[in-house]
Amino acid sequence: MPTKPLLKISKISKSFGATKALKSVDFELIKGEIHALAGENGAGKSTLMNIIDGIHQPDSGDIFINGEKVTIQSPAHAQQMGIGFVHQEIALCPDISVAENIFMAQTNSSNSLLMNYSKLNEQARAVFAQLSPIDPATMVRDLSISNQQLVEIAKALTLDCQILILDEPTAALTDKETQVLFGIMKTLAASGISIIYISHRMVEIFDNCDRVSVFRDGAHIVTNFVKDITPDDVVNSMVGRVIEDLYPPKLSVEEASDDIIFQARNYNERSKFRDISFDLKRGEILGVAGLIGAGRSEIAKGICGLEGNVSGDLVLENLPITINSYQDSIAHGIVYLSEDRKGDGVFLDLSIASNISALFVEQISTNSGFIDINQELAQARSLSDRLNLKRGHITHPVSSLSGGNQQKVAIAKMLSINPRIIFLDEPTRGVDVGAKSEIHKILRELSREGVGIIVISSELPELIGLCDRVLVIREGTISGEVTGDTMTEENIMHLASMAETNPALVDNLQGNRA
Amino acid sequence: MSNSESALDTGNRLTHETGMLARLRRLMAMRETGLVLIILALFVVMSFASPYFLTWLNMRAMAMAFAVEGIVVVGMCILLIAGGIDLSVGSIVTFSMVLAGWLFLQGVDPWTASVIAIVACAAVGSAMGYCVTKIGLHHFIVSLAFMVIFRGVCLLITQGRPLGLFTLPAEFKFIGQGSIGVIPVVIILFLVVVVAFDFLLRRSTVFRKVFYTGSNEKAAAYSGIRTKKVIFLSTVLCSTLCGVAGVIYMARFSSAPPYFGLGMELNVIAAAVIGGASLQGGTGTILGAILGVILLSVVTSSLALLDVSSYWQDIIRGSILLVAVIFDHYMNKKKNAS
Repeated sequence: MPTKPLLKISKISKSFGATKALKSVDFELIKGEIHALAGENGAGKSTLMNIIDGIHQPDSGDIFINGEKVTIQSPAHAQQMGIGFVHQEIALCPDISVAENIFMAQTNSSNSLLMNYSKLNEQARAVFAQLSPIDPATMVRDLSISNQQLVEIAKALTLDCQILILDEPTAALTDKETQVLFGIMKTLAASGISIIYISHRMVEIFDNCDRVSVFRDGAHIVTNFVKDITPDDVVNSMVGRVIEDLYPPKLSVEEASDDIIFQARNYNERSKFRDISFDLKRGEILGVAGLIGAGRSEIAKGICGLEGNVSGDLVLENLPITINSYQDSIAHGIVYLSEDRKGDGVFLDLSIASNISALFVEQISTNSGFIDINQELAQARSLSDRLNLKRGHITHPVSSLSGGNQQKVAIAKMLSINPRIIFLDEPTRGVDVGAKSEIHKILRELSREGVGIIVISSELPELIGLCDRVLVIREGTISGEVTGDTMTEENIMHLASMAETNPALVDNLQGNRA
Repeated sequence: MSNSESALDTGNRLTHETGMLARLRRLMAMRETGLVLIILALFVVMSFASPYFLTWLNMRAMAMAFAVEGIVVVGMCILLIAGGIDLSVGSIVTFSMVLAGWLFLQGVDPWTASVIAIVACAAVGSAMGYCVTKIGLHHFIVSLAFMVIFRGVCLLITQGRPLGLFTLPAEFKFIGQGSIGVIPVVIILFLVVVVAFDFLLRRSTVFRKVFYTGSNEKAAAYSGIRTKKVIFLSTVLCSTLCGVAGVIYMARFSSAPPYFGLGMELNVIAAAVIGGASLQGGTGTILGAILGVILLSVVTSSLALLDVSSYWQDIIRGSILLVAVIFDHYMNKKKNAS
């Protein structure tokens, strides 16, 4: 590997108002390497990438490409210099073809009056020959998310880029699709393209990247070859302290109770799930694993009366209950924390206090139906203290908080009614490491207080680290259960995908359920 | 009327200092304060520009001009907060006038006729609410259709001619034309509606759900709020207040012209938006919306007194709306950046 850097960033600083987003940052990218960027949300990764892509201009410092000092004025200018940026959010036009999306920039600058579709499709096919067999004439809206991501990458590649920036491209992908993407990345790197890869997932970084740079609080902390360090080293430099126990301690054998607080029996939905039966014991945290689309969220929403046409029996603290609507569910103290925080978890433009009270406004109201503002604020303050919410004034809008703290507001809303059972769907998605560990601690405290906690997560290490027992869902039914020593990523993946490689193991795990 | 401690008001109060100075600063950052200052400034300028402006007669005329429309603005503001919109308000107000007037001419007691008209307007609102919440159509299109349909209904009832209602009994006309002391009854009715709904919107649990629903309908549903019901009832409330306004107009003019209230929807929506309501739902106050309608009314009246061609009035009112919306856009940007 040649030591002369393709891209060199020297002492770049950038402030937004009073916030110092980048403090004299240095960074080097070598030709043909896959270079991971790690750091908590707000560490400065995105700002640095936006500067490299010409979206922002640095306040001070220099950028060198191939040893030559450059000023990158705009994303279009960055493209001319061979920098391609695949953003986290997919920004394609859904109603036009893949080929047209890829060559959008070119169709823009073309002088001819009519589109030459056959030529366009031919060019697109040539690009996809290196990537994956997608028909360039398909409409983008008909593609899966992962294929749309590939179209974004193809778009960057057609610009003849030498530097490709990928911002969390795997967030929406399944494991299999992720593997395909990594295969492509390695091919590209072998052909001499340098890749900057932003990710929160340590496993991906350590399996696929050459080097990793860690950012914290707007500063570049360290760059290492991944072969020289461990994931723990990276996490520790990301948070700036040694996280000894990433997860709170689990229930000990003595603490384990046979007292069943919640039971579902033969729960069915017309098309989404069937034969769902499980018990939740006092004090335990029950995990729910499964591939995306297996029906995990649908089961939780079905039980809570949020969606679906369900049938089956529920028992709460030894009493049979019926839930016909989410209102019934809330009345029984059974609540659901949604996986899409910004979409349906919080009211971004309303205050923190009124977000927390939303689940049961009557609770902070007088008998005549008027809200007692002081009681509302007091409730919000007390829950905010309990969850260690980092906030401005309690009447500030939720949009003023970081992702992790927004999630705490959503959890505070659940706690406002002193719930008996909480379903949490992806409770730490998009939450930084510090807040994530706090949320885990809170969940464990709640479970020890006797609140039933059921956690749905796509992140296997989280389920394994946090839960006492994990149910695995496959194609709308429970395919098995893991606990104690059987709770490994391999076993869960087996049950989730029912790979045929080890039927004995699968049988064994399924047997555990009884 | 304004309660600076409401937990809903996130406004621009990004400071959390306490004490007199901070209170003052928070007050200054409120949109309502800004509107009051603009209105006061107009008053000062106009009192120099025209000797007639600051007379009791002119003040009374201006207040009469916005009072009844102000009742419609209250309904529109609540519907906008819930995330809806109603283009049919002008037609529904006229429908209420025309129906009550027609019933009176058929020999029905005017009070009974008024109640029937208001109930009929509530029924019209229910039909719109049904189309929106049960069928799943958009408020904009549904109310556009109802706007056209009910203009037609008004023409049908009146056969295209204004109904003359000079025989209305004096005690009924009193609602629209009388005064208690020096204060016109219309203004008292207006103030009652405004104060009541301002308080309800700030404090009642029921109306709090309107804010939740408008701010993020899905999140509201995931908080156990029956969002369809909230949207349905907001739609019905808006139409019902249109019915009330129509009856008051009838008492005021002793007449029911089928072409009354053309373009009212635009004025009413503009007032609510100038007052801080957003077409995306979730934000807005009654006080702000009323100040919006007062501002528009003062501007209209000033232009008339200054002998500005009436052709200019629409241009100026439209420009005020545009400035208000641009202002909001930049304030939101600033808020999101911080």
